[in-house]
Amino acid sequence: MGVLSESLKDRIRAYIPKYPRKQAVTLPALHLVHDELRTVSNEAMVEIAEILDLHPSEVQDTMTFYAFFKGEGEKLGQTRLWVCRGLACMLRGAYELIEHCEKKLGVHCGQTTPDGKITLEFAECIGGCDGAPACLMDDKHVMNVTPEKADKLIGELRQ
Amino acid sequence: MPYEPVLLARINKPDSPKLEGYRADGGYSTFERALVDLKPEQVVAQVKDSGLRGRGGAGFPCGLKWTFLPKDHPGPIYLCVNADESEPCTYNNRILMEKDPHQVLEGVMLACYAIKSRKAFFYVRYEYGDAFRTLTAAVNELYAAGLLGENILGSGFNLDIVLHRGAGAYICGEETGLIESLEGKRAWPRIKPPFPAIEGAFRKPTIVNNVETLACVTQVMKRGIDWFKSLGVPPDPKNPRDAGSYGPKLYTIAGHVNEPKCVELPMGITITDLIEQHGGGVWKGRKAKAANPGGLSMGFVRADEFHMPLDFNGPGRFQCLGLGTAAVTVIDDQTSMVDVLHNTCQFFAHESCGQCTPCREGTGWMEKITDRLRRGQGRKEDLDILIDVADRIGIMPGTTICGLADGAGWPVKTAIRKFREEFEGAIKSGEKSKYAKTLRVVGAH
Repeated sequence: MGVLSESLKDRIRAYIPKYPRKQAVTLPALHLVHDELRTVSNEAMVEIAEILDLHPSEVQDTMTFYAFFKGEGEKLGQTRLWVCRGLACMLRGAYELIEHCEKKLGVHCGQTTPDGKITLEFAECIGGCDGAPACLMDDKHVMNVTPEKADKLIGELRQ
Repeated sequence: MPYEPVLLARINKPDSPKLEGYRADGGYSTFERALVDLKPEQVVAQVKDSGLRGRGGAGFPCGLKWTFLPKDHPGPIYLCVNADESEPCTYNNRILMEKDPHQVLEGVMLACYAIKSRKAFFYVRYEYGDAFRTLTAAVNELYAAGLLGENILGSGFNLDIVLHRGAGAYICGEETGLIESLEGKRAWPRIKPPFPAIEGAFRKPTIVNNVETLACVTQVMKRGIDWFKSLGVPPDPKNPRDAGSYGPKLYTIAGHVNEPKCVELPMGITITDLIEQHGGGVWKGRKAKAANPGGLSMGFVRADEFHMPLDFNGPGRFQCLGLGTAAVTVIDDQTSMVDVLHNTCQFFAHESCGQCTPCREGTGWMEKITDRLRRGQGRKEDLDILIDVADRIGIMPGTTICGLADGAGWPVKTAIRKFREEFEGAIKSGEKSKYAKTLRVVGAH
């Protein structure tokens, strides 16, 4: 019994005809698995490797390079809240915002709240500098985030 | 007379990302005409003769790059669109992709026709989720309209565009790092030569172009060479290697200004004019102390250097690495350059891919030393050590494969040389900087 459902495997296979080589589907596959299972376990890597005719270590090599994916034993919360710490955001209060969010959520960056709702992260420049300090809610920009706005956002995510 | 934007002309229109609206504004008529009236070589010639230089940072002439492809290659040839815009404080590609994706896609299609590519890989950084979804919808519209796929408009030209998402790594903006990442591997830049035009993605000839460059291709083909060359700065007659800085440019303004925004102007505006005329001035009635003129890698300028023109030559005359992404970040007079430099070093240490030892170790050392400075524990020799490290890492001293380390070293060298008194003062006084205690990051990745 594998960890990837047939439907998930089919969605990975659907990417294969788009590329000249199967290995190029590694990132799309990791994203699909990570989004759905909130982690890419060792078993999931083995199954991705089987679909793409790779050795599991090749999938692991790529996955761990990006440091974006949560691996064996780690799990993302329902929402991943990234606070940008790039220079443009730092100049407009990003460090204070990160501290504020850490206190509010009771976790450090990289950790998930005990209720499993929010994973807090810092991000390098997310290109939201016209609305600094900026955050990403999963992959959607939230601009001009004051501590009050962050509290409201966190309140909504916790519901 | 104020400049009338071209690249940004459509961004505030309702439904600007939709195909219908783009076509109503004359969109894709240039591509259709090119398919019928022009040979691929003529498209290459027009882009080359326009003097369009790449907007991604290095400023390499776009048409010239296209001519590096092998002649009469049986294919496949690939185009990779570099939408991994990760240079700190830069966001013009995001605006183009979110608000006017078809202008970029028409450029992609024209470029593919010119270089005889049947497949384009559009590599979008993960953080640009909205841009990715907008582009996905736009590409689907194109397939439905018969503008992508087999035998487009009966011309016999086939083209597919594949959208590909990154996973949060700055190094994927380096063109061979992007190619490695696209192939499903760790994004370690390749040793060049061979350059991608000879052996790129999937070991086939490949052209990598930036999003804004491709939007410019659309406009060069639509409006012609004369229009493009009527804007910007002609080549410096005293410098035979200067290819000029023609055309419009998207400048982004960030940091301590009243109105951070993206504006389109002919190449060559000064930092002062950009701040005063377009950024609403320095915030809170303060004065500016410094600016970063083109993404962090380019280094820093002092306020008394703000008359620097933002074209391909200007920043080099003020000890900066280059124009970069033309993203100007303003730093006010109440901000510590120690904090600014630490933030910069922290970024490059985090984003060094780890392949070349001088960069992997050097960026880490620079982060540690600047961290010591901000905690008030700086040593007298630290500034010289920082400059020494910065001087020794990169492709210019010949110690690394890609330019990330040059970009990491430049802000260090320029900040210390231009603000040496402030750094020395911080070391002598032993005072902690404003952010010395904050941001002790656990679970760093």
